[in-house]
Amino acid sequence: MKQGARAVPDDPNSSTPYRLQSLVNKGALTRLVIIGAAVLIVVGCFAFVGGWLSPHRLTQARMIDRFEQIDGVWPGFRRNHAKGACIAGNFDSNGEGVRLSKAAVFQRGRVPVIGRFSLAGGQPYVADGPAAVRAMGLSFRPPNTEEWRTAMIDIPVFIVKDPEGFYDQLLATKPDPVTGKPDPAKMKDFLARHPETGRALQIVQAKPFSSGFANASYNGLDAFRFVDAAGAATPVRWSMVAAEPFEPETPAQSAAQDKNYLFDAVIARIKRAPVEWHVVVTIGQPGDPTDDATIPWPSNRQQVDVGTLTINHIEGEAPGNCRDVNFDPLVLPSGIDPSDDPLLSARSAAYSTSFTRRAGEKKEPSAVQVPDGGKGA
Amino acid sequence: MAQQLQFTAFSRLLHWTMAIMVLTMLFIGIGMVASLSNYHWLISIHKPLGILILILVAIRLVNRLLNPAPPLPQGMPAWQRFAAHGSHVVLYALLFALPLVGWAMLSAARYPIVLYGSLELPPILPHDVALYALLRTTHTVLALLLFATFIAHFGAALMHALIYRDGVFQSMASWSRAWVNSPALPK
Repeated sequence: MKQGARAVPDDPNSSTPYRLQSLVNKGALTRLVIIGAAVLIVVGCFAFVGGWLSPHRLTQARMIDRFEQIDGVWPGFRRNHAKGACIAGNFDSNGEGVRLSKAAVFQRGRVPVIGRFSLAGGQPYVADGPAAVRAMGLSFRPPNTEEWRTAMIDIPVFIVKDPEGFYDQLLATKPDPVTGKPDPAKMKDFLARHPETGRALQIVQAKPFSSGFANASYNGLDAFRFVDAAGAATPVRWSMVAAEPFEPETPAQSAAQDKNYLFDAVIARIKRAPVEWHVVVTIGQPGDPTDDATIPWPSNRQQVDVGTLTINHIEGEAPGNCRDVNFDPLVLPSGIDPSDDPLLSARSAAYSTSFTRRAGEKKEPSAVQVPDGGKGA
Repeated sequence: MAQQLQFTAFSRLLHWTMAIMVLTMLFIGIGMVASLSNYHWLISIHKPLGILILILVAIRLVNRLLNPAPPLPQGMPAWQRFAAHGSHVVLYALLFALPLVGWAMLSAARYPIVLYGSLELPPILPHDVALYALLRTTHTVLALLLFATFIAHFGAALMHALIYRDGVFQSMASWSRAWVNSPALPK
């Protein structure tokens, strides 16, 4: 018994290390200081990693704050691409993608898809306009296996190459409250610091906007890596290429009274007949930039049509539909990996913060409503 | 019969493995939500590591019930005993709650819960964004509470090691039994 007894006094009256007096000697005070310092160092590291000690670090919260600074806070809505409508349909895979990616979605067959048409910008009730960037978010949902989400826009390249550029560009293009247009001096200053944006804008402006959502083609812009069953990776970019012939937007369209003319046109179009896009994968060659979405790949790169996206349903945003889905570009199945493009992680992070903020807010009705259900022919 | 002085080797292994994992997890968690470029790779570790902690804490609870902790020194004041027992209950509760709340909140947001490659966990809640918002806040609050409890635990461990020198620190930290007869211990 004695041998194993804990080496502390049984008699509470004998000297114990727990008395205050045991702390008040020079050795103990030094050790107390060491303990305090150790605790403070751990707390300090935690605060540093959490960003509390670096108020100028570009965090996901500050990125979304910038959207709120530019467009205002619209509770319940996405902080970017705030105005939108929900779509649904199918992806009919032709099996051509299997040699590039082991993702189940590319096996020959039909996969249900839900998605969302939207306009770039943080204002949910903004009028449709001739220079509004159209967007398509998609969620491919093969039964019992992994989902693939993508968020694409209808310009050929992105206008910034990294999150810092995006953050600065938002402020540089903020409309002046007096003129309603961005301050040219700020934009000039921004372009001087970001020559890649100047080059990208030339490419973007060379191509007119389409007359609607249905005849626009939507580009993933960021590069990804397709990984096949053997583990071989291929750099790719993808696009939804409209089957409908391209027509440029005309001034008469935006002169109309209807603030939702783009959305109302696509609602009518889908009700008339399903709308199709070719899912086209462009294969990058060594040297094609995968980390800079402002640079187009050479036009002679091989393109693989992996199947047809058919949208046959459109409805207003409502609980449980696309309204409540975050089209996070890094929700990817095994077989599609992110590239080294810094925008991808930043988009995933910022979308997540936008989603979290709006998820907890009271919802207001969306601008785009589809009163009698949106089922197509 | 010899009184137990030390946690069993298995208990110590679990403790120190989880200590590293939980501390890593807390720093990954607080870092990833404040980051843009590091967000994706950090969250890709956060999810499987959280589930691994959930599995380990379940094993640890069973182990704790089968192999109780060595008794605290008899001279220890009542408030310290209460703090020791209370903080351990809180630590166990949080180590269960945090991964479960994380799993539940991802389910309510309809995010896939990817562990590795094509290995995914099923959702444990229906798609409900208001519920997601509530659970997301809960996850942060519980994580900060876990960090605070960890700091208290860390500070108390150092007090036992450097000030009280009563064998409590060694009962978890020491890999030898030499300390039992150390002259530094109060006799």
